[in-house]
Amino acid sequence: MSHSAAAPLAAANGQEGAVTASGLHVKLGRLPVLHGLDFEIPAGHITGLLGPSGSGKTTLMRAIVGAQRISAGSLRVLGQPAGSRVLRQQVGYVAQSPSVYPDLTVEANVRYFAAMHRKGRADVAEAIAAVGLEPEARRKTANLSGGQVNRVSLACALVAHPRLLVLDEPTVGLDPVLRADLWDRFRAMAEDGTTLLVSSHVMEEASRCETLLLLRDGRLLARLTPGELSRRGHSSNLEQAFLAIIRESGDVHEPGSAPDAGQRGVHADRSVL
Amino acid sequence: MDIRMLLATARRVLSQLRHDHRSIAMILVVPALLLTAVYFLYENETLPPGMPRTFDRVGLMMLAIFPFVVMFLVTSITMLRERTSGTLERLLTTPVNKADLLFGYGLAFSLMAALQSLVATAVAYWIFGLDIKGAPGYVVLIAVANAVLGVALGLFCSAFARTEFQAVQFMPVVVVPQILLCGLFVARDRMNDVLEAISNVLPLTYSVDALQEIAAHSEPTDRLWQDAGTIVAIALGVLVLAALTLHRRTA
Repeated sequence: MSHSAAAPLAAANGQEGAVTASGLHVKLGRLPVLHGLDFEIPAGHITGLLGPSGSGKTTLMRAIVGAQRISAGSLRVLGQPAGSRVLRQQVGYVAQSPSVYPDLTVEANVRYFAAMHRKGRADVAEAIAAVGLEPEARRKTANLSGGQVNRVSLACALVAHPRLLVLDEPTVGLDPVLRADLWDRFRAMAEDGTTLLVSSHVMEEASRCETLLLLRDGRLLARLTPGELSRRGHSSNLEQAFLAIIRESGDVHEPGSAPDAGQRGVHADRSVL
Repeated sequence: MDIRMLLATARRVLSQLRHDHRSIAMILVVPALLLTAVYFLYENETLPPGMPRTFDRVGLMMLAIFPFVVMFLVTSITMLRERTSGTLERLLTTPVNKADLLFGYGLAFSLMAALQSLVATAVAYWIFGLDIKGAPGYVVLIAVANAVLGVALGLFCSAFARTEFQAVQFMPVVVVPQILLCGLFVARDRMNDVLEAISNVLPLTYSVDALQEIAAHSEPTDRLWQDAGTIVAIALGVLVLAALTLHRRTA
């Protein structure tokens, strides 16, 4: 199977994917981190971004939201080059560490980010309700638990009603009940047409995504559905399947060497796709 | 520019400060206490008739120096926190303009500075009988201009610090030379040429000059407006430089 598995899907929808990368290279300073990625993220779906720590998940997400310059290739988001001015109104980003003001109340945090997106009072109340923090709305963020602070950060992104929502490990530190609640919310948002890109290393969550991107050492190992993942990894347990694919790729895969960063990515590991 | 985003930023900065009672107390009370110390320091000086009290000279200059120092510190630390906590990166992925952010900061801290200098000036006038020819309103005006200058320099310097510890170290580099050379310790025309040349390009020099104009004349002079214009122009220039240190994208 070729890497263009996305093509039929996009053609069926009759639209360009929400995110399209071709030959995407990203360097952090001088260090090449992403080595020629080609993929498409379909609009109105939940796409999971999986990969071991240090595989480049956060760098890829920051490139998509326009916080990270790309060094070669192309990255288009909602039909525009990543980082375009018009995208700032349409793309929401929740970083891994909650980027909110601890010395403000929950409401004041959400209200501030609402103002940055020209949204009003009703949107603020709705976003706070969406993450289940109504009882805490007037409490200072610094006095909340870690999981609650994560949800404040999420509410600050939801308030903008983004067309594309990029979430870096959004469920870290949440108990199973809240985690399930949040995934239900993500599902509802996707049904309303929002595109979600969610990174995680909790494999149980992978099953809730429609498409999975497996990243390893800055290269795309595979783009598949959870069903395909368990078939290809020969296990119904997604964690086992993921490990199997990682190991398999590790055998054929030569370690990323810096000098090839300028080349268009020719994947030694395309066999797993 | 989007005035609503600017105002929202100012409001946010002020409500962050509002939760921090200790900092508010420091901003409002400390200058008044230091003025008190200066007053009693020179309490027993013997002056030849017709010579103004040292307090009228030094106390007046301190009214301009306080807001500059305090706002420099407060701003550089607040902005550094914004950079290190990820909120700045997040803000820069939203539609907000860099100018709205920076001027929002400037507006919030200028309001605090105005309160601070109202308290300090009131203490200087009513409790210690500060005796100068010009009106106190002009003193407050120069104090606020100085605060804006401190805010601008603080925003700019925070770009070159990675930790709060480093940010505080900018104080001896950026602030202390200006205090030494502004004419508080030695009149500028009695400095050697090198020091005088340096003091000519330091913004605090113009504030002290402006205050001396206020002290010597009952009506505002052209030179006062020139000095005030220079302070504001430098502050705006530094704010533009600060905007250049805000990058939406990391390389």
